[in-house]
Amino acid sequence: MPSNNAKSNMNTERRVFIGRAGAAAAMLTLAPGVRLVDLALARSADEPASDQMRWGMLVDATKCAQGCTECVDACNEEFGLEGMGRPKTDAQYIRKIDLKDKTTGKRYSLPVMCQHCETAPCVDVCPTGASFRRVDGIVLVDKHICIGCRYCMMACPFKARSFVHENLTNQVPEAPRGKGTVESCTFCVHRVDRDREPACVEACSKAGHEALVFGDMNDPGSRLSQRLRQLPNRQIRADLGLNTGVRYHGV
Amino acid sequence: MKPVRYQTLAGQSGGYWILLAVLAALVAIGYAAAHYMEVHGHYVTGMSNQIVWGTPHVFAVFLIVAASGALNTASISSVFGKGDYKPLARLSALLSVALLVGGLIVLVLDLGRPERLIVAMTYYNFKSIFAWNIFLYVGFLLVVAIYLWMMFEPRMNKFGKTAGTIAFIWRFVLTTGTGSIFGFLVARQAYDAAIMAPLFIIMSLSFGTAIFLLVLVAAFEWTGRPLDDDILRRLKNLLAIFVSAVLYMTLAYHLTNLYATEHHGVERFILLEGGVYTTVFWLLQVILGSIVPLIICFSPTLSRSRGALVAASILVVIGGLAQVYVIIVGAQAFPLVLFPGMEESSTFFDGAVNDYAPSAPEILLGIGGIALALLIAVVAMRVLPFLPERLGEQPSATSEPVTAEAATS
Repeated sequence: MPSNNAKSNMNTERRVFIGRAGAAAAMLTLAPGVRLVDLALARSADEPASDQMRWGMLVDATKCAQGCTECVDACNEEFGLEGMGRPKTDAQYIRKIDLKDKTTGKRYSLPVMCQHCETAPCVDVCPTGASFRRVDGIVLVDKHICIGCRYCMMACPFKARSFVHENLTNQVPEAPRGKGTVESCTFCVHRVDRDREPACVEACSKAGHEALVFGDMNDPGSRLSQRLRQLPNRQIRADLGLNTGVRYHGV
Repeated sequence: MKPVRYQTLAGQSGGYWILLAVLAALVAIGYAAAHYMEVHGHYVTGMSNQIVWGTPHVFAVFLIVAASGALNTASISSVFGKGDYKPLARLSALLSVALLVGGLIVLVLDLGRPERLIVAMTYYNFKSIFAWNIFLYVGFLLVVAIYLWMMFEPRMNKFGKTAGTIAFIWRFVLTTGTGSIFGFLVARQAYDAAIMAPLFIIMSLSFGTAIFLLVLVAAFEWTGRPLDDDILRRLKNLLAIFVSAVLYMTLAYHLTNLYATEHHGVERFILLEGGVYTTVFWLLQVILGSIVPLIICFSPTLSRSRGALVAASILVVIGGLAQVYVIIVGAQAFPLVLFPGMEESSTFFDGAVNDYAPSAPEILLGIGGIALALLIAVVAMRVLPFLPERLGEQPSATSEPVTAEAATS
């Protein structure tokens, strides 16, 4: 016969079980088509970003096709980056870099963009604080207080930033740019805040490569975190200890 | 010691007005160049997403560094109590203010958004050495202005040493800040070195002394004021020491980099294979800008010639500009290393040596900054008695000073 103590334990377990099951049911279905999980992730415009998450990306160089520029093209379209036919001053938020191992001759192809560092040198050196890191890990430029000194471009180890060298036309409403200010990859923050993936990631998937995985590095259950755990990966210029938000596999 | 009599420039001669007109025209052209860059955008310059800082920054940094060093003579007199330099302290402080203003104007006019200067003055990120420099530069102007007031106002002369000492400390901090702009850049192979701060300090002493020597000789000779060779000899000796020290620091910097394998690429680039940067380094910075002036300064015959001293000073200025050019542009021309051990290539010029040619607007803006500094000095010497009537122990002149005042040393 069970003792009183065991009985009370059973009761507690039952309560916990019922509580968890109820919560799970509530999370799955609040109303037809509306899930509580989604409600928790989507933010209204006036709600600040959460420091509970850290947006990040994995670039799987083994899946990145040599000569493919789907991600670059999608980025250019998303941000309205029209080349002026002047490669030295035209902005590039993301670019494909071709690598060749000097010793073995092995070739790699991979995209490089703002690495969204945890301790970003661009943020450190910006005199006005225009370069800043959102609490969810996205490094941005506040174009209203950027004075165009380009110190961040001197400081970035990844050559991720561009300076707007000319007057602009046909701007994209979601991502306004400004002549005389500095800009770079925003992880498509305007999409991410609406629960969409960055344009480059979407384009890479659409092209069937799946070389880019985007997600929350702080959420152990996210696809990104799972892949980061499965695949050996590295940071560019890991020696600098910047804890980048973009990781690379297969290089 | 005899009281020193200071006298404004008469400013009546045709030469004075021509000088003023030429300087004003150069300033106007410089401003027009900046305006052109701002209206069209920076694509009209030689600068790009690869070489983000170009010729304007070379001129600006050179002037800012020289500004700190131009205060040398005043510091030697006020802080170290060398009376012989006292008559030149006012000119020294004036030049340091003028050069700093000239340099800052170039820096500001090259900004992508120069009209947002007020933003730079109201939003601060105190982890940025740039933000600190805004305080250091503005503060320096204020400190030297007060120092000048202590020197000009006889009742305040007793505070001259205190004000001079504050200015002396301030300029070391200021040049540490300027050197640290580069020293704190972890990303680039040529920077990220603690030696940048002391290197810039010693550069400031060298460039500032050379410019001071040139302005001193010009101001005295063009206004017919007697100038004793003794003071020139002392300044020449100082210049020689500073030029040697810059060479030594440069040597230490390159030796340290040469020891570290990761820096071999950038060292090979600057010292051997960098094309124009290698030429600028060896020919302009080392040979013409350092060794030739040293030969002149240490030569028993040449160093007695005022013309040779002027030539040596001009060479130090050219060598200084060359050095800043190599530090700023040469370091950016060498590509960033993202993947050590790999050959990199992309449409964004990864792995490629970045080419840069200074454009006319950039050069004109830089020259405009130098002209502005000289214009400030020339106008100030006309308005206030910065220059002593004479320097040295020659018999007193008979002409009546236009404006004169006495100060005991």
